[in-house]
Amino acid sequence: MNKTVNQKAWFLVLPVLLLVAFNALIPLMTVVNYSVQETFGDNNFFWAGVLWFEEVLRSERFHSSLGRQLFFTFSILLIEIPLGVAIALAMPRKGVWVSVCLVLMAMPLLIPWNVVGAMWNIFALPEIGLLGNTLNALGIDYNFTRQPVAAWVTLIAMDVWHWTSLVVLLAYAGLVSIPDAYYQAAKIDGASSWAIFRFIQLPKMKRVLTIAILLRFMDSFNIYTEPFVLTGGGPGNSTTLLSIDLVKIALGQFDLGPAAAMSLIYFLIILLLSWIFYTLMMRNEDQ
Amino acid sequence: MKRLSWLVPTIYILFLMLPIYWLVSMSFKTTNEILGSFTLVPQEFTLENYKKIFTDSTWYMGYINSLIYVSLNTVISVAFALPAAYAFSRYRFLGDKHLFFWLLTNRMAPAAVFALPFFQLYSAIGLFDTHLAVALAHTLFNIPLAVWILEGFMSGVPKQLDETAYVDGYSFPKFFMKIFIPTIAAGIGVAAFFCFMFSWVELLLGKTLTAVAAKPIAATMTRTASTSGYELGLLAAAGALTIIPGAIVIYFVRNYIAKGFALGRV
Repeated sequence: MNKTVNQKAWFLVLPVLLLVAFNALIPLMTVVNYSVQETFGDNNFFWAGVLWFEEVLRSERFHSSLGRQLFFTFSILLIEIPLGVAIALAMPRKGVWVSVCLVLMAMPLLIPWNVVGAMWNIFALPEIGLLGNTLNALGIDYNFTRQPVAAWVTLIAMDVWHWTSLVVLLAYAGLVSIPDAYYQAAKIDGASSWAIFRFIQLPKMKRVLTIAILLRFMDSFNIYTEPFVLTGGGPGNSTTLLSIDLVKIALGQFDLGPAAAMSLIYFLIILLLSWIFYTLMMRNEDQ
Repeated sequence: MKRLSWLVPTIYILFLMLPIYWLVSMSFKTTNEILGSFTLVPQEFTLENYKKIFTDSTWYMGYINSLIYVSLNTVISVAFALPAAYAFSRYRFLGDKHLFFWLLTNRMAPAAVFALPFFQLYSAIGLFDTHLAVALAHTLFNIPLAVWILEGFMSGVPKQLDETAYVDGYSFPKFFMKIFIPTIAAGIGVAAFFCFMFSWVELLLGKTLTAVAAKPIAATMTRTASTSGYELGLLAAAGALTIIPGAIVIYFVRNYIAKGFALGRV
């Protein structure tokens, strides 16, 4: 749509601008403020420069949380995106079953995050949980509160359970927008189902999949409540992701300087990676 | 191959339902049964857990508090986002693209980063422990999303509609309320759905910004989990009840959910 230049449109945007600025800029400035100061209590603050940033960037603890975070995010992307697309392809296109599928699949998305964590906790508990008990009865030694590997498997299974539906819904929205004529043309050409997927369905889904990957990337990088309730970051530190570590430092130990520096680094990493994802995928689209 | 394709969604839905089934089944069990033996179906069926929630005000007020701030947030987010989305979809103005991207970056902000500064900010302006504080805090990620979705829907409405209305003598506010809003009602529904969803499921900010008067159900649950030890049946019942509002909302918007994101612009 060709838009007209109208500077007065600023007045329409102003309320949103003021509200978001209030919510985003003031807290962000607070964080910046803490990140460059040292305090010994009594509300006395001293200029500390980039000390906290250096400390965080050098610390072993930050490196390992970041490593775990990246591992988590990329594992769930690798599972959820292909799985979501496969399910969307197998879903019916018309009829009563469409509504039934959509409503049931959307359910995990609307369950509060702490309930998701609690639900998976009681589902996977080795003695009393359905999953834990069944696995142990089958002779698999499984206890996610003690074994780091089991904790990771449970954590990833929980996220797949929680968020694959979002990918399914988006991919499905992309699929139903393809006109029937495309399929008829493919049929006349005698195209294989792989060819239909590769040259008709996948290109049509590119836009929604970009959105799906970006949303899943941002949200999985920010994840806090579900792993916190499920494993509390344990056993040991084995499932301590970035935000769990951050809350431990900021609200648990009240080390404001390092916590603030870590917050800023954390936010910058998300911005940078999102921007890279976004430009890479948009460049592909232009070609 | 085609005939078997119904198997994939069926297995997936079974996988989705298993943990939910376990939660619901546990909510009807007594603590003794949960800890004492492993049973697939409740043997001593009890409604005790639900009775406790509906009679104890710390429990049921949690649901009411959550519903109050979620509704407030949905109304505020959509009301603020409507004019902004209109501006983005119809006009070019100085810095429009930068502004749009900046709005979206707030969707990326980790709640963990904002928890402490939000606590200080809302304490300073005297809103700590009010429903409004949580509702306003949640606009941080809901307004960008609402603007994004609404802008997509509005761009689908031809500009001739606006021009004809102005020729007919409608003023901007009158056109917007009487003609434009009814035209994009579906988009408003989808935006409201997503605002409801993300505000309803969020815990960290809701917990940080409240103490007693506006404590959300999620916070009541986590505090109970840590203090009273192993009342799993009660927790399961509380969890099962949090699924209901979401399920009702999904049912009403089932035909629009999938479209919500697809029409938006990245």
